[in-house]
Amino acid sequence: MITDAAPIVTSRLGVPNSWTLKAYLETGGYAGLRKALTMGAEAVSAEVMTANLLGRGGAGFEVGRKWSMLAKERPAYLVINGDESEPCTYKDHMLLEADPHQIIEGTLICAYATGAAQAFIFVRGEFALGIERMTAALNEAYAYGAVGHDIFGSGFSVDVVIHPGAGAYICGEETALLESLEGKRGYPRDKPPYFPAVKGLYMKPTIVNNVESVSNLPWIVLNGGDGFKALGQGRSTGTRIFSLSGHVRQPANYEIEMSKTTFHDLIYDPKLGGGIRNDNQLKAFIPGGASAPWFGPEQLEMGLDQEAVGKAGSMLGSGSVIVMDHTTCMVRASWRITRFFHRESCGQCTPCREGGGWLDKILHRIETGAGRESDLDLLLDVCDNIAPGLSWPPQKTTICVLGPSIPSSITSAIKMFRDEFLVHIKEGGCPFA
Amino acid sequence: MYRHQFVLVGGPVVARLTPDNVRRAKDLIGLYPQSRSALIPMLHVAQEQDGWLTPEAMEHVGELLGITPAEVYGTASFYDMLFTEPVGRHLVSVCTNLACLLNGGVELLEHAEASLGVAAGGTTHDGEFTLEEVECIAFCGAAPCLAVNWRFFGSVSPDTFDQLVDDLRAGRLADEVPPHGTLCRVRRNVGLTSAGSPAAGGSPGQAVGGSPTTVSGTATTNPPSTGA
Repeated sequence: MITDAAPIVTSRLGVPNSWTLKAYLETGGYAGLRKALTMGAEAVSAEVMTANLLGRGGAGFEVGRKWSMLAKERPAYLVINGDESEPCTYKDHMLLEADPHQIIEGTLICAYATGAAQAFIFVRGEFALGIERMTAALNEAYAYGAVGHDIFGSGFSVDVVIHPGAGAYICGEETALLESLEGKRGYPRDKPPYFPAVKGLYMKPTIVNNVESVSNLPWIVLNGGDGFKALGQGRSTGTRIFSLSGHVRQPANYEIEMSKTTFHDLIYDPKLGGGIRNDNQLKAFIPGGASAPWFGPEQLEMGLDQEAVGKAGSMLGSGSVIVMDHTTCMVRASWRITRFFHRESCGQCTPCREGGGWLDKILHRIETGAGRESDLDLLLDVCDNIAPGLSWPPQKTTICVLGPSIPSSITSAIKMFRDEFLVHIKEGGCPFA
Repeated sequence: MYRHQFVLVGGPVVARLTPDNVRRAKDLIGLYPQSRSALIPMLHVAQEQDGWLTPEAMEHVGELLGITPAEVYGTASFYDMLFTEPVGRHLVSVCTNLACLLNGGVELLEHAEASLGVAAGGTTHDGEFTLEEVECIAFCGAAPCLAVNWRFFGSVSPDTFDQLVDDLRAGRLADEVPPHGTLCRVRRNVGLTSAGSPAAGGSPGQAVGGSPTTVSGTATTNPPSTGA
């Protein structure tokens, strides 16, 4: 069902010039920061802990717990991850363009709560308008006294820098992002020892939070952690933006209450996805970005709930739901996702760099008619070398999780649509072409 | 380092950063606790100046940061947006990742190749267009989509693609789509203030240069819509 929970992070969408300070102040902007500064850092952290806000970047780790793990060494830094690049995820792109002040306010609340010496908002380089709007908003926020020295006369000071990326999916991974922010190639770091909370930016304790995560903070401060927790159920609290794409009539970003709305509602409700285009049949959907194992029509009634989706062998990940109708070639879909990971591999670890290339080539030859029957076993064997056991969540043979994310689409497609692979191989080509 | 002579459409290459861009580079360095963090933002400035990263500009950036040209090039070559060879005035980036694949992105790319007369990765003879196939550019609510110099266009059909190319060629979209390399048309007009030593020359706690800059000309880049 769709609940009547009011939007939290998208409340200003559609407000004329929502990205300007004037519009932001007229809609209650910076009230959360003002309140936070009177509460004390520990009280702010306690509210966020109570809210049980789960990170909105992909891993779904509790934001409050992340803050509590920050090592005591100083200086500590705050980095906001706006490097959104997971295929079919486009919520942060929207927030950066439509509500930059909300991101800045959330960043400041986080910096205050964690005692960060400086904050960096890392914006995906391709988001030119997002970078412009964030920069303009930051200029306004400084002039307004919300950023910089002695914020709103509270005695708390912090500087914020908008940092443009330069195009690399891997920089969404937090340790690669930190390397990139240090002016280097985006190579992920080993964890341990390089947990950002202990050895992050410049080897100092660092919090890395997603853009949507911190966009929730002004509301949580104003309405309390309990108010946030009253929405959703279990560990999946609050509302969340779901990026809906693929073969639906109304692909868009929808902010809805977590857990209570089902995938069926999201895809078919007239107020949300509006159903499959041309009244086609649903073949499969991906519940949480290109890295997530696929679901079929039998999982439609599941709630948009982090735990439920996890138990069913997939993840809500970055919150992007991709819908594929019965006209979709699953070999092609799986190949395209695999080619993406192959291209975006940073190249440090052999299983990912080489395995990704193998998988890309094998899937390509099946799709184009040169596949062999032994290819299905070969695909699974290569996948097993990248993520041994092909379990969920995957085992790692690599520094980061990019490599172990590659098998998801392949094992899903083979498990759910094995016959389709065999038809490609037997008929020497794609039956959908 | 990779070097050879280029003749570019639209004027000669400025060998090093201009004095104005050196000032911008130094302002950027001032924003970070460690100077090398300014490397990628500085490379964006260099790319805005010349449309791509010339060997001379990379060397100059290295001098300003106290690192070698190889370290600059080694970083630059990792990133898709940074070009160490010339590109066209308009970089046309067509997405074929999953949401676009499902909605005709591959067919759009094929149309673009035929229409511009270059394969993906190529540049037209007049230097106007470089066509590239890109991974998801996060505009999936309007698939199939593309970007021109990172200004986004959604729900692109073969017909609207051709119209777009005509408009770009005729300069009718000059306000919305700046030349390649221009990432952000808004300058940060306030310095770092909490440290008491502002980077951009302002005094602590004060904005520099009057009213904050705002953005205009965004008609083609409305954010995707959201549900109520």
